[in-house]
Amino acid sequence: MSKEWPLWEVFIRGQHGMSHRHVGSLHAPDAEMAIKNARDVYTRRNEGVSIWVVEARHIAASSPSEKGPLYEPSESKVYRHPTFFDIPDEAGHM
Amino acid sequence: MYAQMVKSTGQGVKPREEMSEEERHFQDRVDAGEKIEPKDWMPEGYRKTLIRQIAQHAHSEVVGQLPEGNWITRAPTLERKAILLAKVQDEAGHGLYLYCAAETLGVSRDDLTEALLSGKMKYSSIFNYPTLNWADIGAVGWLVDGAAIMNQVPLQRTSFGPYSRAMIRICKEESFHQRQGYDIMMKMAQGTPEQKRMAQEAINRFWYPSLMMFGPSDKDSVHSAQSMAWKIKINTNDELRQKFVDQTVPQAEYLGLTVPDPDLKWNEETGHYDFSEPDWAEFYEVLKGNGPCNTERLEARRKAWEDGAWVRDGLMAHAEKRAARTAAQ
Amino acid sequence: MDEALFEFCLRMGDNTLVLGHRVSEWCGHAPVLEEDIALANTALDLIGQTQFWLGLAGEVEGKGRDADALAFRRDAWDFRSVLLVEQPNGDFGQTIMRQFLFDAWQSIILDRLKGSSDDRVKAIAEKASKEVAYHFERSRDTVVGLGDGTAESHARMQAALDKLYPYVGELFGADATDREIAERGIAPLPADLREAYDALIAEAMVEATLTLPDSRWTHTGGRDGSRHSEHLGHLLTEMQWLQRAYPDARW
Repeated sequence: MSKEWPLWEVFIRGQHGMSHRHVGSLHAPDAEMAIKNARDVYTRRNEGVSIWVVEARHIAASSPSEKGPLYEPSESKVYRHPTFFDIPDEAGHM
Repeated sequence: MYAQMVKSTGQGVKPREEMSEEERHFQDRVDAGEKIEPKDWMPEGYRKTLIRQIAQHAHSEVVGQLPEGNWITRAPTLERKAILLAKVQDEAGHGLYLYCAAETLGVSRDDLTEALLSGKMKYSSIFNYPTLNWADIGAVGWLVDGAAIMNQVPLQRTSFGPYSRAMIRICKEESFHQRQGYDIMMKMAQGTPEQKRMAQEAINRFWYPSLMMFGPSDKDSVHSAQSMAWKIKINTNDELRQKFVDQTVPQAEYLGLTVPDPDLKWNEETGHYDFSEPDWAEFYEVLKGNGPCNTERLEARRKAWEDGAWVRDGLMAHAEKRAARTAAQ
Repeated sequence: MDEALFEFCLRMGDNTLVLGHRVSEWCGHAPVLEEDIALANTALDLIGQTQFWLGLAGEVEGKGRDADALAFRRDAWDFRSVLLVEQPNGDFGQTIMRQFLFDAWQSIILDRLKGSSDDRVKAIAEKASKEVAYHFERSRDTVVGLGDGTAESHARMQAALDKLYPYVGELFGADATDREIAERGIAPLPADLREAYDALIAEAMVEATLTLPDSRWTHTGGRDGSRHSEHLGHLLTEMQWLQRAYPDARW
């Protein structure tokens, strides 16, 4: 069988100035065609203004067993959230 | 609902006391409504069942392009042509999203395609029925997409993350499909005598095949229990079929069309319609390859795949040459 | 009635109608899903442009015919599509080569039509030129990729070019309508676009490692309706069947 086109992950930034967001994947022979395919596949309904593609094999991902060590420590740092602090109403909007 | 008769482990639900510690932890996560992601530990049976189910769903989207594509070049107005083309294009997109979801489980799209073309993997029985007049395009949108949506909406909550995300995207995009079908049916049902006849013939031919889309009756459905425990199947076949009939019959009445079931009647006691079962012998024959269009559908897909080989290879070869040239500079 | 403008709109709209129809024939049969989706996008754009051009043609004619009436109720002799777009799909190579040869011309003319003296023509060109710029980029990349790809893909693309190039010249024909339209500043004289076109094509062919035929000889007869291809009649038979079989129906 012939060689399958590589898999690419697609990230799109929408109209509203948000960050690029992962929307899905597709196959393409190279980066240029991956961007074009992403335009045809993932922006059929006006979804995006900017497209990033990255070949799936180049994505480094955290492993599930590290989930605890990676994310739980931040759970105890409640002072990072604005709701941690009580500001009296008299002080006005903050 | 494009996944029928997906083979599960072949056994019932594994009792908790027979589970390993990993399996218990996995089941607890599923029960708690957590999403399982590709790199997470999962039972082999879960992985295999999911590959079969997602691939069957993907194959159905892709083969499902054909009966509707059959009318793109004969659509009666420019607007109808554009709507139908956009809709069939969406089906290709949905197939693509689903193949990608299956690929996160360690199979390639090419392998899945080969499995479809060799007959090893199945697609929904519904796409082996022909579209014979323009109202069939309405009926496919109204009945077939209607049945599909009934199954796909709950699947947005399925336990496997990539599958769930694909379903969310698909459901969002599909929202116009059923409506465009009903819109065609309304025009036909209110149209000339010939158009009304087309509409009635379409429902006559698509009613029972649509009921079959939900798969065999629960009592004959051997693979459901484990899949439901794993939340890769959310409702039983009979639940969804009943819901479909209850929703569709009033819509047919509004169109002034007759549902081709003499025993169909409202049951005050149950609060549901009583209806006739489809011919399950026919269903199994269609799955075996003996439906009206099985041969044509697979031939069309095989031809597309084989005729396209030089294109896929050519563009890949060019990409490799270009990468080599860039590297040499 | 403004005969020249009517004729001009038909020429623009019949090209997109016929080519959009041809490209839509691929739906469900393309070499790979990504390409299936891309071809459908191209066809959708072309159908949309047809609605604008034929809509304007009907308005100019002023006899109450809308875009659908013009698309579905005219016989072949009243069509003004060039022979290039009437050619059957053939293999994927022929389809994408036909697309490329047409996109290149369309991208140039639409760009010029943005300066048209007719505001309605200008408005259509503004919208369509964005779509076509993308079509051209995509078909060009694909032609280059397949020309440069494997021995087989190269041979198929060269065969496609040899087969289709003799239809290119018709795009640049000049008759009384063209001259009147040009004098009124509605559109450029087609022949004036040839130089830019040749440059676009030649540059791409170098990258694609394909050889342009030496002869500039061209088939004609589509854009003035004097001698269409046999293919057009079959295409219309299929496309117009429902409208003609049930003339009283609304769809």
